[in-house]
Amino acid sequence: MGYVLIIGAKSDIAIALARIYAENNYSLYLAARQVDELEAIAKDITIRTQQSVKCVELDVLDYPLHQAFYEALPEKPIGVISAVGYLGAQDMAQDDFVEVQKIINTNYTGVVSILNIIANDFEQRKSGFIVAISSVAGDRGRKSNYIYGSAKAALSTYLSGLRNRLYSANVHVLTVKPGFVNTKMTEGLILPAKLTAQPKSVANDIFIAQQKKQNILYTLWLWKWIMLIIRHIPEWKFKAMSL
Amino acid sequence: MKMTNMSMTSWGNYPVINSQSLKFSTLTQLKDTISTHSDLIPRGNGRSYGDSALSKNVVQVNPHDLFLDFDVDNGLLHVQAGVLLADIIKVFVPRGWFLNVTPGTKLVTVGGAIASDVHGKNHHIVGCFSECVEFFNLMLPSGDTVKCSSVENTELFRATCGGMGLTGIILDAKISLKSIQSKYINQTTIKTLNLKDTFSAFEEHKNAPYSVAWIDCLASAKNLGRCLLTIGEFCTDGQLDYQPKAKINVPFNLPSFLLNQLSVKIFNWCYYRKVSQRISQQKVGIDTFFFPLDAIGNWNRIYGKKGFTQYQIILPKETSEAGLTEILQTIADSGKGPFLAVLKLFGKANDNYLSFPIEGYSLALDFKIEDSLFKLLDVLDDIVLEYGGRVYLAKDVRVSQAVFEQSYPQLSTFKALRSRYKMQQKFNSLQSKRIGL
Repeated sequence: MGYVLIIGAKSDIAIALARIYAENNYSLYLAARQVDELEAIAKDITIRTQQSVKCVELDVLDYPLHQAFYEALPEKPIGVISAVGYLGAQDMAQDDFVEVQKIINTNYTGVVSILNIIANDFEQRKSGFIVAISSVAGDRGRKSNYIYGSAKAALSTYLSGLRNRLYSANVHVLTVKPGFVNTKMTEGLILPAKLTAQPKSVANDIFIAQQKKQNILYTLWLWKWIMLIIRHIPEWKFKAMSL
Repeated sequence: MKMTNMSMTSWGNYPVINSQSLKFSTLTQLKDTISTHSDLIPRGNGRSYGDSALSKNVVQVNPHDLFLDFDVDNGLLHVQAGVLLADIIKVFVPRGWFLNVTPGTKLVTVGGAIASDVHGKNHHIVGCFSECVEFFNLMLPSGDTVKCSSVENTELFRATCGGMGLTGIILDAKISLKSIQSKYINQTTIKTLNLKDTFSAFEEHKNAPYSVAWIDCLASAKNLGRCLLTIGEFCTDGQLDYQPKAKINVPFNLPSFLLNQLSVKIFNWCYYRKVSQRISQQKVGIDTFFFPLDAIGNWNRIYGKKGFTQYQIILPKETSEAGLTEILQTIADSGKGPFLAVLKLFGKANDNYLSFPIEGYSLALDFKIEDSLFKLLDVLDDIVLEYGGRVYLAKDVRVSQAVFEQSYPQLSTFKALRSRYKMQQKFNSLQSKRIGL
């Protein structure tokens, strides 16, 4: 069925996605830093599905290497999924611009750099799909994580534009906005159980939404309505709230 | 390492306790966790019925579910301990492989299957799950990892298979799969009239690869022990395009009064009468034959929020008829009809210190938890002891230390090994404390 390239493949959602795509007969490129840590995951998926799974080294922050990375892929992918994300530490970021840059560049600049290259190829081939995991945190800035949130907001806006541009080229773009997910990223945070999804169910939702060519996916679905309300709270009220 | 305080229970929904759930990512983290905690117990998918996977500190092994290697020439599969049997079946049946031994649910982990040394409908032919374990790696209280098999670290192997997680953490295991030619099973159902008839039917079909009987527990007098005996063998029609059966789900605990003497009676009556002939034959799928209850997600909720327990015992073959008659009569007299009762002929016992099976007949009864149930089970325990039988720890939530100690003759070997490796200082469950393990 062709290769799907998963970027940020070490994340829990990415691993769950890799399993689902392979089960549905896609071959996989798993891209991440320190790719050797992914070999066991790749082997697991190969045994389970008998699909070809290749691990490829990629640092999203090393922009100059992105073109060469993409060109080195032996078979060009038919779809790409970015599961890149760095939550960072908001309080640290307020004092330390290095942390700010890391948050912005990981969540936004790096993803844009690699997706631009892939988008151009897909546009030329007039086929392919692009899925990127943004966040509900990008829907409105809150004091607890607005550096991360603003980077995700930028990513969501980028994806919206990209979708608009690639529509005529028959390339589909899906923006994923997960709420709370029980992953390594949120380890140590106290999350409300009813609003917290498991990586597997998020991955399942993403697969279905991508296959159906949905544009924006909130997962859990409840978050669509929660964010609708949060977006509509008047700013004079919102600024005094602690959400 | 991730720690979370949570309320925890196992499949019987009884008891519910507060425990600390411990998750690890690396072996170094696991080693640290062991060194900084006591009263640890490893837990897979939480499908043991009682309190054997409950403790103050619970090590979650189920997230570790990678397939590590598959040797297609010999059917040898190496997996992490958290892999579910359901996953193995889903992946390998279409390629012509099945588990050598599987219990009545596929929703258990490989680690859990080893720790309970589970058995299936083919115990009389192939024995327990440990028979298909080539080796496993075990992390000991010291944090050292040892490879255990029937020829390497044999004592640890014998103690860990059936050892209820009390010897350390099983990390990964290599198991052998069996080759199959079909996803279908040729099933024969034999309707028997009473216990004697049931036993002779089991004997008559003792060479059938798979056998199990549903027993009408509410029948009494001349019908006592009547059952539907199901035997089966894999078809050879080459159809392997297996898809797991879709399941329905019980969304919440049903009010416990729904299961009362009348409803249980009606169910048992209908079930027995569903089959009209003495012998009938069907061709059924793997899920229908091996895992009928898995088709209903959270079926444990039908017993209500107080939960239920399964009382599974086994008696030596020589005493089975007398013993089971007495047990069934005692239950019928008590009026506490178990909702479900299963009878099975077992093969020879193995050498593992705490494995449940001995050669004879096993009876498994599901009861909802209610006042006076445990009194009845204590009475049954006395009958079981009198006839030289024992209780299955993977299902148990209430057996006394005295009853347990009288029925497992290799207990002292197990305990000696526990103290030699300082396992008591680290690994304990509510069950192990109750029965003095």
